[in-house]
Amino acid sequence: MSDERRPTPKLDDLEKGPWPSFVREMKRAAEGSAMADQLLGVLELSYGDRVGHWKHGGVVGVRGYGAGVIGRYSDVPEQFPEVAQFHTMRVNHPAGWFYKTDALRKVCDIWEKHGSGLTNLHGATGDIILLGMKTESLEPVFAELTENGFDLGGSGSVVRTPSCCVGPARCEWACFDTLALTYDLTQHYQDEIHRPSLPYKFKIKASGCPNDCVAAIARADLSIIGTWRDAIDVDQEAVGTYAADGLDVRATVCDRCPSKCMAWDGTSLDIDNSACVRCMHCINVMPKALRPGLERGACILIGGKAPIVSGAMLSSVLVPFMKLEPPYTELKELIGKILELWGDEGKNRERVGEFIQRVGLGSFLEAIGLEPMPEMVKHPRENPYVFYEEYFEEEK
Amino acid sequence: MPTIELNGHTYAVDEDGFLEDPMLWNEQVAADLATTEGIANMTEDQWKLVNYLRHYYLEFGIAPMVRKLCKENGFKLNQVYEMFPSGPAKGACKVAGLPKPTGCV
Ligand code: HEM
Ligand code: HEM
Ligand code: SF4
Ligand code: SF4
Repeated sequence: MSDERRPTPKLDDLEKGPWPSFVREMKRAAEGSAMADQLLGVLELSYGDRVGHWKHGGVVGVRGYGAGVIGRYSDVPEQFPEVAQFHTMRVNHPAGWFYKTDALRKVCDIWEKHGSGLTNLHGATGDIILLGMKTESLEPVFAELTENGFDLGGSGSVVRTPSCCVGPARCEWACFDTLALTYDLTQHYQDEIHRPSLPYKFKIKASGCPNDCVAAIARADLSIIGTWRDAIDVDQEAVGTYAADGLDVRATVCDRCPSKCMAWDGTSLDIDNSACVRCMHCINVMPKALRPGLERGACILIGGKAPIVSGAMLSSVLVPFMKLEPPYTELKELIGKILELWGDEGKNRERVGEFIQRVGLGSFLEAIGLEPMPEMVKHPRENPYVFYEEYFEEEK
Repeated sequence: MPTIELNGHTYAVDEDGFLEDPMLWNEQVAADLATTEGIANMTEDQWKLVNYLRHYYLEFGIAPMVRKLCKENGFKLNQVYEMFPSGPAKGACKVAGLPKPTGCV
C-alpha cells in the first residue's frame, strides 16, 4: 500500500528461481491490500526471529454455523494491526471444480472488498480457501457469498466438504458418476457439514476409477473408488496395433501387472480376471485397447488420513463392491451407521481409522453389521500363536 | 487483555469474548454475556443448557461432547443453534463461562 516497498530481504530469497513463488503472489496482492502487505511483514519478522507469530486456534464463525471459518490471531497485533485478526473462510466448491469464470470473478471481488485478497484454490479439503479476514467481515462476506449461490464448507469436527475427481465430465474411465454422488452427499449431509458433532473430522472423497485422481485412499476417512466386477473389456485387434507400433506388450504390460495375471503370446492377450486386482496399469498403458468392464460400481474403503495427531494411514477395504446409483441408499445407510458408532464411541480427536485400530476391525464390523471378508485383509496372518475365541467354543 | 462492558459490568475476556477467569461466573454474568449472542432474555431452555454446561464443567473440568449435550438435554443440534446462533461451543459455552474450546482446522 505504501509508496516505498516494505523491505523483505529474507522473503525476497523465495522469489529466486524459475518456479512459482507465494512471496511474488503476496507482493502482488500487497499492492492493493494493506492486509497482504502486513502479512509480508509478519512473515519476514518470523523468518528473522524463527518463531511463528500466529496464536493457535480461535473460535470464530458465522451465525447458525459452527464450521467453515478457521480463526487466527496474531501475537504481534500492535506492530501489524491489519492482520491482528487473520481468519480463513472455506467455501464449498462445486463437484469436480467446474466454474464459470464469472463465478470465480465474483468470489474474488467479494474477497478483495472484505478480505486480504489472497486465495488458495483449492485447499486439501477441496474447498475454495479465502485467506485472511477480520472478525467484523465474517457476516458481510457470508451474506454476499450466499447471495451469489455459494455456501461455506466444513472445518473442525464435521463431515468435511465431499470432493471428487472430474469423473464422467471429462474422463472415460469413470465407473460411476462422481459428480452426481458428491453433489448428492453434500446436500444430504448439510447439517453434519456445518454443525460440528463428531469426535474429529470425517472426509469423504470419490474417485471414478482406481487411478484415484483425488488420492481418496490417502486423504479421506471414507474413500469411494470406482471399480468393476466383470472382465476387462479387451479389443484384441487394438492390442495388436499397439504391438505393431512398437509397444513391448510383455515387458511393459504383462510383466508389470501386479498380480501377474496377464499373458501375451504375440497375437492375443489373455487376462485371468479372477486374479486381477483392478489396478488400471494395463488400461493406462493401452487405453485404446482395454477398458474397465461393464458391471461398474465402487469399492468403499475406510480409515485414510494424513499424519496430524498420529501417523499417516491409507484407507482399507470395507465393501469390495457397491453399485452407486441415486439415491445411494446403501451407501448412506453405511455412512450413517459409521457416524453413529464412531460419533458415540470415538475419543476426542480420534479419526475413524484410529478408532477402528483401537476397538479392532472385528468389533467395528460387528457394530455396523458387516460380515468380515477376505478383501478386508492384506494377507493371511503370520502369527499362529494367537488363539481366537471360536477355537475354544467346543470345549465349553 | 481486552475487556468488555455489558449492562454496566466490566469483564476481562479474550479476543473471542470468553471469560478470562471461568470462576468469576454467576447468573448475572451469564445474562450479560448472552447479550453478545443477541439474547436479551434467556428462555428456560437456554438456561437449561447453560446450567448443564456449567455443572458438567465444574464436575469434569472440560466441556461435554456436543452429541452428549444434545442427547442428555433432549435437544437436536439445529435447535441448539437456534438458541445460540454461534453454536454450542462459541455461544452456549461462552455464556456458561467455560474456557474457550480448543480451536482446530
Ligand atoms: C515459507 C513459507 C511457506 C511454506 C514453505 C509453505 C509450504 C506449504 C506446504 C508444503 C503446504 C502443503 C501443500 C499441499 O500439500 O497441498 C502448505 C499448505 C498451506 N499453506 Fe503454506 N507455506 C508457507 C507459507 C504460508 C503462508 C504465509 C500462508 C498463509 C498466509 C500459508 C497458507 C497455507 C495453507 C492455508 C495451506 C493449506 C493448503 C492446502 O491444504 O492445500 N502458507 N504450505
Ligand atoms: C503450529 C502451527 C500450525 C500447524 C501445526 C498447522 C497444521 C495444519 C494442518 C495439518 C493443516 C491441514 C489440515 C487438512 O488439510 O486437513 C492445516 C490447514 C490450515 N491451516 Fe494450519 N497449522 C498451523 C498454523 C496455521 C496458521 C498460523 C494459519 C494462518 C494464519 C493456519 C491456517 C490454516 C488454514 C487456513 C488451513 C486450511 C487450509 C485448507 O483448508 O486447505 N494454520 N494446518
Ligand atoms: S480417478 Fe479415474 S475416473 Fe476419475 S479422473 Fe482419474 S482416471 Fe478418470
Ligand atoms: S488392471 Fe492391473 S491387475 Fe488387472 S490385469 Fe490390468 S495390470 Fe493386471
